[in-house]
Amino acid sequence: MRNPRRTLLAAMATAGALTAVAACGGGSDSSASGSGSGKSGGTYNFWDPYPQFDASSAWGKLVGKCGTDAGVKVKRTSMDTTDLGNKALLAAQQGNAPDVMLVDNPVVSTLVEAGILNKTSDLGLDTSSIQKNILGAGVIDNASYGVPIGANTLALYYNKKILTAAHVDPASVKDWASLTAALKKVKSAGKKGITFSAINTEEGSFQFLPWFWGAGGDLTKLNSAKGVAALSLWKQWVDGGYAPKDVLQNTQTTSWQEFATGEYAFSENGTWQLGNADKAGFPYGVISIPGQNGGSAPVPTGGEFVTVPVQKDSSRYDVSKKIVTCLTNSANLLTTDTTLTYVAPTAAVQAQQVAKNPELKPWVGAVAAARGRTSDGLGTKYPTISQPMWTAVQNALSGGKSPQAALDAAQTAAGKG
Amino acid sequence: MTIARVDRRSQRSPARSGATGTGHRTSASDLRRRQRRRSRLTALAFIAPLIVYLAAFYLYPLYRNLDLSLRDYTVRSFVQGNAPFSGLDNFRTVLDDPTFGPAMRHTVIFTFASIAFQYAAGLALAVFFNRRFRLAGTLRALFLIPWLLPLIVSASTWSWMFNSESGVINYALHLVGVSPVDWLNSPDWALTSVVIANIWIGIPFNLVILYSGLQNIPAELYEAASLDGAGAWQQFRRITFPLLRPVSAITLLLGLVYTLKVFDLIWIMTKGGPGDASSTLATWSYQLGFGTLLPKFGPGAAVGNILILIALVFGLLYIRVQRRQEA
Repeated sequence: MRNPRRTLLAAMATAGALTAVAACGGGSDSSASGSGSGKSGGTYNFWDPYPQFDASSAWGKLVGKCGTDAGVKVKRTSMDTTDLGNKALLAAQQGNAPDVMLVDNPVVSTLVEAGILNKTSDLGLDTSSIQKNILGAGVIDNASYGVPIGANTLALYYNKKILTAAHVDPASVKDWASLTAALKKVKSAGKKGITFSAINTEEGSFQFLPWFWGAGGDLTKLNSAKGVAALSLWKQWVDGGYAPKDVLQNTQTTSWQEFATGEYAFSENGTWQLGNADKAGFPYGVISIPGQNGGSAPVPTGGEFVTVPVQKDSSRYDVSKKIVTCLTNSANLLTTDTTLTYVAPTAAVQAQQVAKNPELKPWVGAVAAARGRTSDGLGTKYPTISQPMWTAVQNALSGGKSPQAALDAAQTAAGKG
Repeated sequence: MTIARVDRRSQRSPARSGATGTGHRTSASDLRRRQRRRSRLTALAFIAPLIVYLAAFYLYPLYRNLDLSLRDYTVRSFVQGNAPFSGLDNFRTVLDDPTFGPAMRHTVIFTFASIAFQYAAGLALAVFFNRRFRLAGTLRALFLIPWLLPLIVSASTWSWMFNSESGVINYALHLVGVSPVDWLNSPDWALTSVVIANIWIGIPFNLVILYSGLQNIPAELYEAASLDGAGAWQQFRRITFPLLRPVSAITLLLGLVYTLKVFDLIWIMTKGGPGDASSTLATWSYQLGFGTLLPKFGPGAAVGNILILIALVFGLLYIRVQRRQEA
């Protein structure tokens, strides 16, 4: 070594320059954005995944009011739904989880696995009026860990103009065969068939599940003949030009934007698009997603749960409970679910919603038939199944693998956990 | 820097104190020692902020990442902080994963294809702009645009342009009679698409550094060469290219490090898809750590460390090459 000090400095500088890479390595202590449960007197921290609503929105005001009613000030922090789960884990690690947190339902089981959520029974929250299948996503080992704020799910929107022009009667779409036949007619009438989202994220799995379950598929056996049938259906549509190739990149939002161009006959999309559908500028209708051999396919439940993360200072729970009860009482559920265009989780509020807006009727039916992704004891196994599943969908639709081979590989990966 | 200057001063001081006379030798050496200690403390005070900064923002994250990769983290032990030490298990898991081979291969292809084209295009443009013609300044500024745009903007724009249904690139291909290509949706083209976008983003960096390198080549050399009858190509090959070698080396190394860790561009354009067709070590690491509902911090950190290790090897290689050039 001619000049050890220089070498050391150079090596340090190099290491320094490369450390930026470490950021990708995950999990280092990037502390969650300015939230601390602390003992800051009467301030309670509240997180939600609704950055689209600012403080002046109905939702923002409701959160503030529930705090005031409980005698405290609520500091609301909104972030993107994918950020929320990770930030919650980091905050819990640092011991400053928020007092009340609204999380996407499949995240609940992960947070329970991390041991950072309180049982609703321990808090004394009443969940008896909530529909069982909606509550299911937040139930782990027979204990529930959150109160659903509302539910949404998927159905097929259709463009009435296009179907009329192609001489397709939406009532004739009863199973996969009749749906594919309808798509064929639309295509030969010069329009485009159907859009959906097959992106390689949780959204892709969410959109694939109605078809997977509609064929009778079982998430613990991805490569069964039923699972392959569902994937083959999608592949047949993409290969036949009934669905655009860019479904592989579509989020549910971009898929909706395609439908909103007025070029597509069908769109698999959610309750939350109803507001946009009225603005689309063409008459539309909604039918439930058909099962392989008729009937409605079971659809996955979407929507958020209000949860109360574990705090060192358990005296805070009383106020947290009041805030949760306030957010989930019938009157407030009605307002919130109307704002979000969600279906309420209780029969009483659903009836009020339908009375106000008859268009919601098919959606209430769909939600009643919906399943939680993490229900049926899957819990945190679901994420390890979902990721290989969306990868299989991508591999099959892009032509990289046959549906059978793609799902075989997915099953192997899911089996490893 | 600070240390070097202090050393020089303390070396010079004996000569100066010798001139002041021999009678006060003892007190002078006392004074000298005290002075030396003081200057050393001052030096430390100057360097302290840097050390604190390096420790807080480089060493600690690096240590945390290593720690994450050597422990068996589940979401529960991540929160409670009691993950058991598991040695190299995470690395073994990662190496055995069917994604590892493709991700490694894609990283190598992505990095080397990007760098080769960025460097070639950057060099060609630098030589071109070095010829000082009217509008050269304006045009050069225009070429910097990819560098100035936020990455999310350029990546989203490329993603729209490459869209297989309504993208402008397929439209252009259609105009010249080429059938549309599924740029981002086909396993054969996804990697190529992100490489193309990355080349576009990297050209300005190469252009700027190589252009500044060209300014340092004395014009007399070219005059002498043209008097000797050397053509443009010979001038480039015998003068420009050899004299640019040190600048080229640093450009290529920095490019390599930047390109190895490119994550956002790929994530925005394809998320590593379709399937694994465009996933690199960087996107895979993120996918493991944050891409699913159930984070796998350990394997994610392990992939990150492998990436750091690769970059470190090239860094050391660069230092070696540079030392040999100086010698």
